[in-house]
Amino acid sequence: MPGSARARHRSKPDAGQLRPAADPQGSAATKARRGGLSRHTRVLVVDVALAIVLVALMALSVCLGSVGATPAEVLGAILSGPTDATLSQVIWQIRLPRVLTSAILGGALSLSGFLLQTFFNNPIADPYVLGISSGARMAVALVMIALLGSSNILTPWGSVAAALVGSLATMGIVLLLARRVRTQSMLIIAGIMVGYVCSAATNFLIAFADDQDIVNLQSWTQGSFSGASWSDLAVIVIAVAVMSVVVFALSKPLGAYQLGETYAQSVGVDVRRLRILIVLVSSLLSACVTAFAGPISFVGIAAPHLARLAVGSSRPLVVTPACFLAGSVFCCGCDLLARMLFSPVELSVSAVTAVFGAPVVIALMLRRKGYR
Amino acid sequence: MSERPYDTQSDVRTAAGAQAGLGMRATAAACPDGQATHDQGDIGAAHALELRGLAVGHGARALVSDIDLVVDPGEVVALIGPNGSGKTTILHTVAGQLRPLAGSVELFGHELASLTGTERARTMAALFTDRPRTDLLTCQDIVEAGRHPYTGSLGILSDEDHRRVREAMEATDTWALRDRDFAHMSDGQRQRALIARALCQEPRVLLLDEPTSYLDIRSQVDMLQLLRAWARERGMAVLASLHEIDLAQKAADRIACVRDGHIMFQGTPDEVFTSDVIPVLYDLDSTSYDPFFGGVELARPEGEPQVFVIAGGGAGATIFRALQRQGIPFAAGVLHRHDIDGLLASHLAVKSVFEDDFEPVGEDALRRAADALRSCRAVICPLESFGALNARNAELLDAARDAGIPVVRDIEQLGRVLKLGRTASND
Repeated sequence: MPGSARARHRSKPDAGQLRPAADPQGSAATKARRGGLSRHTRVLVVDVALAIVLVALMALSVCLGSVGATPAEVLGAILSGPTDATLSQVIWQIRLPRVLTSAILGGALSLSGFLLQTFFNNPIADPYVLGISSGARMAVALVMIALLGSSNILTPWGSVAAALVGSLATMGIVLLLARRVRTQSMLIIAGIMVGYVCSAATNFLIAFADDQDIVNLQSWTQGSFSGASWSDLAVIVIAVAVMSVVVFALSKPLGAYQLGETYAQSVGVDVRRLRILIVLVSSLLSACVTAFAGPISFVGIAAPHLARLAVGSSRPLVVTPACFLAGSVFCCGCDLLARMLFSPVELSVSAVTAVFGAPVVIALMLRRKGYR
Repeated sequence: MSERPYDTQSDVRTAAGAQAGLGMRATAAACPDGQATHDQGDIGAAHALELRGLAVGHGARALVSDIDLVVDPGEVVALIGPNGSGKTTILHTVAGQLRPLAGSVELFGHELASLTGTERARTMAALFTDRPRTDLLTCQDIVEAGRHPYTGSLGILSDEDHRRVREAMEATDTWALRDRDFAHMSDGQRQRALIARALCQEPRVLLLDEPTSYLDIRSQVDMLQLLRAWARERGMAVLASLHEIDLAQKAADRIACVRDGHIMFQGTPDEVFTSDVIPVLYDLDSTSYDPFFGGVELARPEGEPQVFVIAGGGAGATIFRALQRQGIPFAAGVLHRHDIDGLLASHLAVKSVFEDDFEPVGEDALRRAADALRSCRAVICPLESFGALNARNAELLDAARDAGIPVVRDIEQLGRVLKLGRTASND
């Protein structure tokens, strides 16, 4: 078509090198392009930096612990594969699965929080605050106690399934409440209340369980990566990898959804389908975390927020990778602190994440005070 | 060639004109790129937007029903009507966000519900009144969202997409704001950015819900001129709800009046903006709306006239309004009926004495004016001198002097005279 050919010709001077010297508009465009370039560079720098920090933290976590060893010894133990030596046992059976679990679940938690923040257009929404983690924990505790009576063992997939059912049920309740309350703060309060009810119910269950079970259940209900094993890790890797790819693939409709439902619809997004997908994916991600590590506080708010600030944008396409990495770094670092701070006493990881995460949440609330 | 910013703008316009010309010859020919599924001949023949027997509402009960409305390419149609009459609901239904309760919405001859989201979005853009609450998104990020129907699965923009975004942002004067955080822009700037977002969607039908409501008067005028230009040059059909009826009168080709659950009336601005339609539509006192001015006047002060105004040729307009604000009932004369003072006096004066248009002030009118004048406490005459047609109004000044009624030139003097009168009567 002659028209479009001409249009293509016209666009050339705009994009190209002909104008800049003569035309202020052209130089502005060059600057904008440079700005665009630096924006991409910034995202890349942030992602690479986060990855480096993550690797460093993981290496540190593997090296540090009650069984002392030099980095060289640790490297040797890893390279020679699992053996019967004590160091090898500690590293292969305890530290490696734990470090990997904390990194992957941290990313999952962060992505889940990012999805919920987009869904509710509320910067302080995450699975923990909205009570979804507590709901998942209640479901898992219920199933565990019921199965313990019949001397069956809950498989990893089984506990994910139970946690997912609990997550979705709680999410349903929160959604029903959200339809009634229109303000952002009321949504959060409703979520916190739902969380309390679920926690209370879990505590009842524990009180009536056999003494033997309580020990396990207690540490898990506080939030901890200590029970990580390779069989759990396989499930975690598969589930989280699939969901992360789904979240990344949803970047485009999520970006439109950030402007509001009516705008998303007007540019052709199937809003109903997208909402269902967000609920499913975020619930599954938080179910994974809760099934294996219990409820972990504030990571889902703090990590996505820090990622957005670092990247300087909230466009999902550039935020999601940084978001995952930030969650990994956050959880890995907090778990390291939880293990080492008062060694040999181990803190619950949720206590450490709260210390670092809560200030971020408070800062967010102060910044958003105009929003109600 | 373009040192001045306006040159680039006119550049864009002519390019757009050329494209629109191409589009005119074969509107459908442009379609295979956009909507592969559409039958070409069909599209050329159909209206841009056609609502037939449409009933709209939230839930089961219809808020507005039996809507029959057609918008053709290049046409601007305005929906007007009182608050809560259902204009926004109609637009939400046409945009596909609410299911029609009855009847149909057709976009270029295709049932709206039969189109996929992307097909619909490439043909029709919409702008509603809810504002996105964003965090760390630039103005340009927001506008780029309009390219959603054209980008690939990850939403990365091509050169063509960037060109469209820039074109729309320059047209709405937001290009300079492109790196600003959307959350920190003014309401007016945000509205312009959102309109740019809708325009870069390359819509052939544009739905707007109160597009001018956040804008100052200058931006309102710019916005409507822009819409008219895009409608004319690109054959874009516009359906907009407007609260500013004076702007609707000036900017729309056709007007549909929504009230009491149906389209009460639709027609050209000449047919709609009359003292028969507008006062009924908005429950106005029939005297307060003036189709010539395209606006409404506040209610006139009622009672026995206190002041007589000798005016004409626009000299009395500010005095009429000042008396109205102070709540002083007044009479005016002798005026020509369609003189600007005559039109205004018919809304604001308790009693007006008129002479026929283009006739010199005659004996009969003069006598009636003098009668009215004698019952007043003061006379205002802002006129310096009289002309051929109102020469005999000078006799009213004599009549006032004979009756001992003070004659003043402006409102300030009037205040002193009336105060004196009041203290005198109190004594």
